Amino acid sequence: MTTTLEPTVVNRGLNNPMADDLVRPLFHTSVWYYGMALLLASVVACGLATWGYQMWFGIGVAGYSWPVFWAFHETNFVFWIGISHAGTLISAILRLVNARWRRPVTRCAEVITVFALMIGAILPIIHLGRPWLFFWVAPYPSSREIWPNFRSPLVWDFFAINTYLTSSVLFLILPMIPDFALIRDRATGWRRRLYGVLALGWQGTTKQWHRLESGMQIMAIAIIPVAVSVHTIVSFDFSMATVPMWHSTIFGPYFVSGAIFSGIAALIIAMAVVRKTLHLEAYLHPVHFGNLGKLLLLMSLLWAYFVFNERLTVWYGNEPSEMAVFWATQRGAYAPLYWTMVICNFAVPFAALSLRPFGTIPSALVASFTVLIGMWLERFLIVVPSLANRQLPYSWGSYRPQPPEIMIMIATFAAMGLLYMLFAKLVPIISIWELKVGNQPHPAEAVDTEDEMAALWRARP
Amino acid sequence: MKGLYALYSDPDTVQRAVDGLRSVGVADRDIVVMSSEPFEEYEFSHRDSATWLHWIAGGGGAVGMLTGYLFTSYTQLAWPLKTSGMPIVSPWPNLIVIFELTMLGAILATVVTLFITAKLPSRLPHLYDPEITNGYILVGVQQPAVDSTARMKLALESAGQGRVKVVE
Repeated sequence: MTTTLEPTVVNRGLNNPMADDLVRPLFHTSVWYYGMALLLASVVACGLATWGYQMWFGIGVAGYSWPVFWAFHETNFVFWIGISHAGTLISAILRLVNARWRRPVTRCAEVITVFALMIGAILPIIHLGRPWLFFWVAPYPSSREIWPNFRSPLVWDFFAINTYLTSSVLFLILPMIPDFALIRDRATGWRRRLYGVLALGWQGTTKQWHRLESGMQIMAIAIIPVAVSVHTIVSFDFSMATVPMWHSTIFGPYFVSGAIFSGIAALIIAMAVVRKTLHLEAYLHPVHFGNLGKLLLLMSLLWAYFVFNERLTVWYGNEPSEMAVFWATQRGAYAPLYWTMVICNFAVPFAALSLRPFGTIPSALVASFTVLIGMWLERFLIVVPSLANRQLPYSWGSYRPQPPEIMIMIATFAAMGLLYMLFAKLVPIISIWELKVGNQPHPAEAVDTEDEMAALWRARP
Repeated sequence: MKGLYALYSDPDTVQRAVDGLRSVGVADRDIVVMSSEPFEEYEFSHRDSATWLHWIAGGGGAVGMLTGYLFTSYTQLAWPLKTSGMPIVSPWPNLIVIFELTMLGAILATVVTLFITAKLPSRLPHLYDPEITNGYILVGVQQPAVDSTARMKLALESAGQGRVKVVE
């Protein structure tokens, strides 16, 4: 039993509109939300049914034909793993450099990582044709004690993606615990029980805060090289093979920079959607989009630099098998896709982000949409033309995607949207406690007396 | 009495309350401070800052590295199959798996240690007050000695404006 000994002491009535704003979407659901969730769930269901169709009739229903046996599913795999670089990597870097503007952005970004990795990791399984044999890649000996071949890049993928997924999930969940405690104390009924369990008994003692912040700091340091390694290893899936224009030492950094590039674009789009639909204009400011837009522009220039390096080296070497792929993309069957990619990844972002013709947020959005299209095309142009133009002309072929592949691709985008929506329904999409820390007035700043400091505290949003 | 605590609205008062409790003989380990956000600029938030977390993370990484080395080497030697002209135990490809397991070891060790040292999961203690999540900061003592309760209460009251409560 709790008794108040000093009822005369004034309750300062700290209101917490910030927490109210950020928790509100969890308690109120609009008809629009249900409609959108239903639509996305239907598309995901269609994608799953198509996968079932592909399993039933065999991988032949996809557009694979000799010599192109990696195509849409691999393109989407590389694309989604790239998108996953939006969150944890960017969040970890911003956390380490203690960028104050990161606070409303980090959780929006970290969620993208987790869901994009999940979606990306499923695509090679879809490509298997017989997905029930997926466990053969796991480090588990068969009946004859034969282990998977650790010299194979596909096994490296297994380790890299699972390490990154585990780290990213933990990196996302740990800072959510204090927010779960906040919701637990405000909710009633089943929500109170649910968030009570999720909060794990969080009390907010100084020891808990210190351990959480130290742990996040260590994880941020550890997760950056893991994120870089993941997309480097995805690039090894290609560069370890002696296929024209794949066998290149530049592929590791080229893939990593492309991944961060597409990841930032995805983050800008996700933030814009969240800002509009959850009415978070007071927390996601134009400055956040402006700063991310600057990063996007930087990555666009870096991407152009890598493409120039790759193309110049191949062209200067003039090796016939590589030149076949080179010309197929520069002025052959794949040229329209190639030049669309250049426009989407370089010309439009450069114009939109350096001139900002539509204002900060719309310009960043336009650039981000074109970058996503451009980066998807880039992944396609890495995978398919090289396989379609192997060393000897007798093995040349072509590829045309079939409806099952297109449907599964559309379903992956719908799955991302649906998972993001469901997450935003269960968890504040902006970290409340981190935002509050960002608003703390520093004791040495602009106050002379303790009363002024107390007033500053009360005036906080 | 299970506990005595006060709720304050600003951290300066909290610092004074903590200092006041110390001055009446309450040991640092017995003073509980709970808040809805960390306050790194204040001394009271650094009372529990001594931790082995960094060393344990390093140890976890070392265990992960050793596991990765033994795992790759053992499995390759268990069925010595020459692949693509590479040695049976191939150091370059193995480094990738070893690296991933090193980082995984460090991260898992960090998280496990965090949970154990932060006492998570746990039940909410008697001293907890939901007002904390409204921005108040709790300063209190669990199961205070009966003869010193009055002095502790006075120390909490004299720190500044706040609500002093007793948990029976």
